[in-house]
Amino acid sequence: MEQWTMPSIDWTTLMPTIIVILTGCAALIVEMLRPKQNNNLIVGVSLVGLGGAAYCLLSHLGLPEISTLNGLVERDRLGSIIQLVLVGVTALTILFSEPYLRNKRIAFGEFYPLALWSAAGGMVMASSENLLMIFIGLELLSIGLYCMAGLSREETKSEESALKYFLLGAFASAFLLYGIAMFFGATGSISLSAAAGAPEGAQGLLTLSSMMLIVGLGFKLALVPFHQWTPDVYQGAPTNVTAFMAAASKAAAAAAAIRIFSAFVPVQDFWMPILYWMAILSMAVGSFSALVQKDVKRVLGYSSIANAGYILVAILGAIKSGDGNFAAAIYYLVVYSAATVGAFAVISVTAKAGTEGTRFEDLHGMWKKAPLAAGTLVFFMASMIGIPPLAGFFGKLLIFQTAVNGGYVDLAIVLAATSVASAFYYLRIMHAAFAADETAIPTQAAPVRGGLKASLIICAASTLILAFGANKIITAIEGEPEPAVTVALTGE
Amino acid sequence: MLETTGMGLLSVLILLPIVGAILTLIVPDQFHKAIKGGAVFFTGLTFVLSLGLLKTFEGGTFHFQFSEYVEWLPQWGISWHVGIDGLSLWMVLLTTLLTFLSTIFSVYVNKRAGAYFAMMLLLETAMLGVFCALDTVLFYTFFELSLIPMFVMIAIWGGANKKYASMKFFIYTLGASIFMLIGIVMMAKLNFEATGVWTFDLLAIQNSVANGTLWAQAMQIQPLIFWSFAVAFMVKCPMFPFHTWLPDAHTEAPTAGSILLAGVLLKMGTYGFLRFLLPLFPDAVRQFANVFVILAVIGIIYGAIVAAMQTDIKKLVAYSSVSHMGFVVLGIFSLNHIGIMGGAYQQLAHGISTGALFLMVGLLYERIHTRKFKDLGGLKAQMPWFSALFLIVMLSSVGLPGTNGFIGEFLALMGAVQSSFAGLYGLHWWMPVVAGIGVILAAVYLLKMFQKTFYGEITNPLLKRLKDLKRWEIGLVGVFVVFIFWGGLYPNTFLQPMERSLEAARLMSISGPGQGPSWSDKSHEINDKGDLVVVGTRTESGGWDKEHPGQPIMLANHFVKPEPTEYTAPQPPEAAHGGGHEEDADVEHAEEEEAH
Repeated sequence: MEQWTMPSIDWTTLMPTIIVILTGCAALIVEMLRPKQNNNLIVGVSLVGLGGAAYCLLSHLGLPEISTLNGLVERDRLGSIIQLVLVGVTALTILFSEPYLRNKRIAFGEFYPLALWSAAGGMVMASSENLLMIFIGLELLSIGLYCMAGLSREETKSEESALKYFLLGAFASAFLLYGIAMFFGATGSISLSAAAGAPEGAQGLLTLSSMMLIVGLGFKLALVPFHQWTPDVYQGAPTNVTAFMAAASKAAAAAAAIRIFSAFVPVQDFWMPILYWMAILSMAVGSFSALVQKDVKRVLGYSSIANAGYILVAILGAIKSGDGNFAAAIYYLVVYSAATVGAFAVISVTAKAGTEGTRFEDLHGMWKKAPLAAGTLVFFMASMIGIPPLAGFFGKLLIFQTAVNGGYVDLAIVLAATSVASAFYYLRIMHAAFAADETAIPTQAAPVRGGLKASLIICAASTLILAFGANKIITAIEGEPEPAVTVALTGE
Repeated sequence: MLETTGMGLLSVLILLPIVGAILTLIVPDQFHKAIKGGAVFFTGLTFVLSLGLLKTFEGGTFHFQFSEYVEWLPQWGISWHVGIDGLSLWMVLLTTLLTFLSTIFSVYVNKRAGAYFAMMLLLETAMLGVFCALDTVLFYTFFELSLIPMFVMIAIWGGANKKYASMKFFIYTLGASIFMLIGIVMMAKLNFEATGVWTFDLLAIQNSVANGTLWAQAMQIQPLIFWSFAVAFMVKCPMFPFHTWLPDAHTEAPTAGSILLAGVLLKMGTYGFLRFLLPLFPDAVRQFANVFVILAVIGIIYGAIVAAMQTDIKKLVAYSSVSHMGFVVLGIFSLNHIGIMGGAYQQLAHGISTGALFLMVGLLYERIHTRKFKDLGGLKAQMPWFSALFLIVMLSSVGLPGTNGFIGEFLALMGAVQSSFAGLYGLHWWMPVVAGIGVILAAVYLLKMFQKTFYGEITNPLLKRLKDLKRWEIGLVGVFVVFIFWGGLYPNTFLQPMERSLEAARLMSISGPGQGPSWSDKSHEINDKGDLVVVGTRTESGGWDKEHPGQPIMLANHFVKPEPTEYTAPQPPEAAHGGGHEEDADVEHAEEEEAH
């Protein structure tokens, strides 16, 4: 029998994930030590832990790309950036959660460790080329989300949301696992890098495997036709959980999708057309279904479907053009996360005395009661529509560029058309909160201060910072640019 | 590549209003006097600074002046590249003037004053940026940025139907312009294929168009990209089938919003025609010029007829804009010197006269809160100053000789007549003839408006208590009146600086590859006869020495028909030149011709 040797472990690579998991444990301990008291200490502990993780991740960006734990964990730019997004999203969510949970009368401390562990799951998922690790990360991410979706135990819609998410999520996980098994059958390995060396005869099995993986990832990304859960779950879950779900779970799934799809390039003739149509359908269904909704959280749920379609366009364009530059998808993901978390933070303002109003009418007159929230909402919505010079515009420009380079002008046109449709409901949200005067029925708005205020300001500022510092962000994603080929303009 | 220059006067002009906007947002609403004072100060300062452009502006060149180039997002080839030529010079001045005047008028606004003036200032930045940007993405940035403040202004401070109008305005313009973004990316990609440099710089792209390399491989998609740009501008203009957002937006917008919408925002469309369509899509422009002219003619007549049917004074002025902007398009797409001059002049004239009309309607509305003709009548005796000024403004909108409206419409029509009677670009003789009827119709509906408002008996008892204009209000309208007569009696002040720039745009659209002017080629210039000539001499290093010009060499004369010359076999060059540069050959050939 072969002697098993311990693989070399690069602890710095693993450190951010470990810190986040330990922070979750610490948060739980604090909760146990101080029952029935306010959760400010937990929030503090969580933020400090996330800050440490973010510091480690930032230092990773300058380090060479390596693979450790026998190829189970990667330290590369894609992984580090997505992990940073996850850490940032978690921190922003936690910042505005406390006032919201208290107003909603569900101020239990469990939310914080669950969110942290969920984020750790996403971080595992984003930083591995190994299908089993991706699966474990996905499950860790999802289980936390299932629990958090049902956090508001009094409300049936919250329970419904948790159960629906759980059942469909389990179903999708099964597909993913099935796909992994087929991948193993085709290549004899569960490492994605083995796909390139798959034997001739295994192409069929590899294709089948890719289909199964698309089902699993499509569910997590909320791509049509695996999207039906999205509006219901988004509407039913507590608003802070929805914010976390919309940003974190999409970021982690997108990272996994980028790795998996670029590994499956040898059989791209089979799955490319499928994803092409999924992208078109996601953009169209997401944008047009949102037009008739009455609930803002539902609208944002459909908008997240459309945005998943945009990200898919960027991924497809990058794969098709063959340069493997996923900067557009990643940049858009970062931008989308900031605007989404911000938008949900604004909606969380409407929670008061155990209830919350998330219909359009409930936002009316917000400019008077919570001017900061209404003002920042203009930034988030404008960024989502893609109004320059906000970051959302550069995200879309980059996707257009990637799509045109990959020869997908038709996808770019669909994206443009659905953007126009989506502008309509983003404007409605903006109008309800910022322009409309209060109607006869008084609406409620919690005071904007502390963590909520910080969260709003950070999100709004980042729609500008991400735009004006876009070259720095892209450099961080792509690495140092190679010296550009310059040809004299005059054509001599 | 371009060298970084740092920020200068234009950047200050563009960014100064933003500073004001942030300040007005920070100050709490209860200090609304401070907010109003600050807003007037910032728009006034911007106006004064923009007058500084006139001091050193050089009318004798078509190249961009006050150019500033700073890299913004170098990976994507996006830069902060701004500069003005004769065309944009007047648009910048019109913007700063109208914003300043409408800000003064806006002291009537009390609801959410901070947000209101912040939006005004943000809008000014967007408008100035549009007219100064020389980078296609930067242009698009400002073009779209103008939507948000306008949307908010209509949605919050608008009339009864404000939600519908603001949404319609936003969706309509966004829907048209987002496809232009794809067009912009496609242009950058074509330019990349032609030159190997990924850039969104307008000058670089135009250079590739001018020397023919950009479209050489992509002739068949030129119409597609052309229409992606054209529709965006046609909606903004607005041209006939795309005009439906305009009456709603105008009627519901607050007065200052209407002034800026009519005075400046509509001009973004026609400015786009001159700045982008003509220089970048020469073949498509020549091919589709007749489509534009036909739509313009329909718009002129249709707008006039619908305006005559209105019962609301503001709606009437809004539809008259559709009609008047038709003349701008008519002039531009005549594609001859007079027509383009007329179109560009009509832009300015319309900005002044329609801006003034909206201002006066606003002054009336602030007093009686109605705009319906049935509630008006007999105001002449009640408000003598108001009616006198209104008469002048109204007649300039009609296009009475001696006012600025006449010059623009006359030149545009004359250009159209020249092109269409010569049968150029698929134009027919009936087009300018029908458009001419629009001038008569304008007199019909505007005089009717004046009669219904100012003559007759006072039927509405409310009007009996009306006071005439205050002194500062007379001053406000007086500024417009000054420009109406200045533009009508001595239009050369405004036409002269534009002439070279407009001629360059025209030559870009009608010249074949390698023959038209290029903004980035400083060795070419347009002389006072409208010829494209080479100034400067070739230096040893292969560049052009502009300091020591040799004999100006005529490359093309598009005013005068070329005389048939006898063919002479090209002589073999006596001195050997290094490198077979295309221009070398041209210049030599031309030199030989001079020698004859």
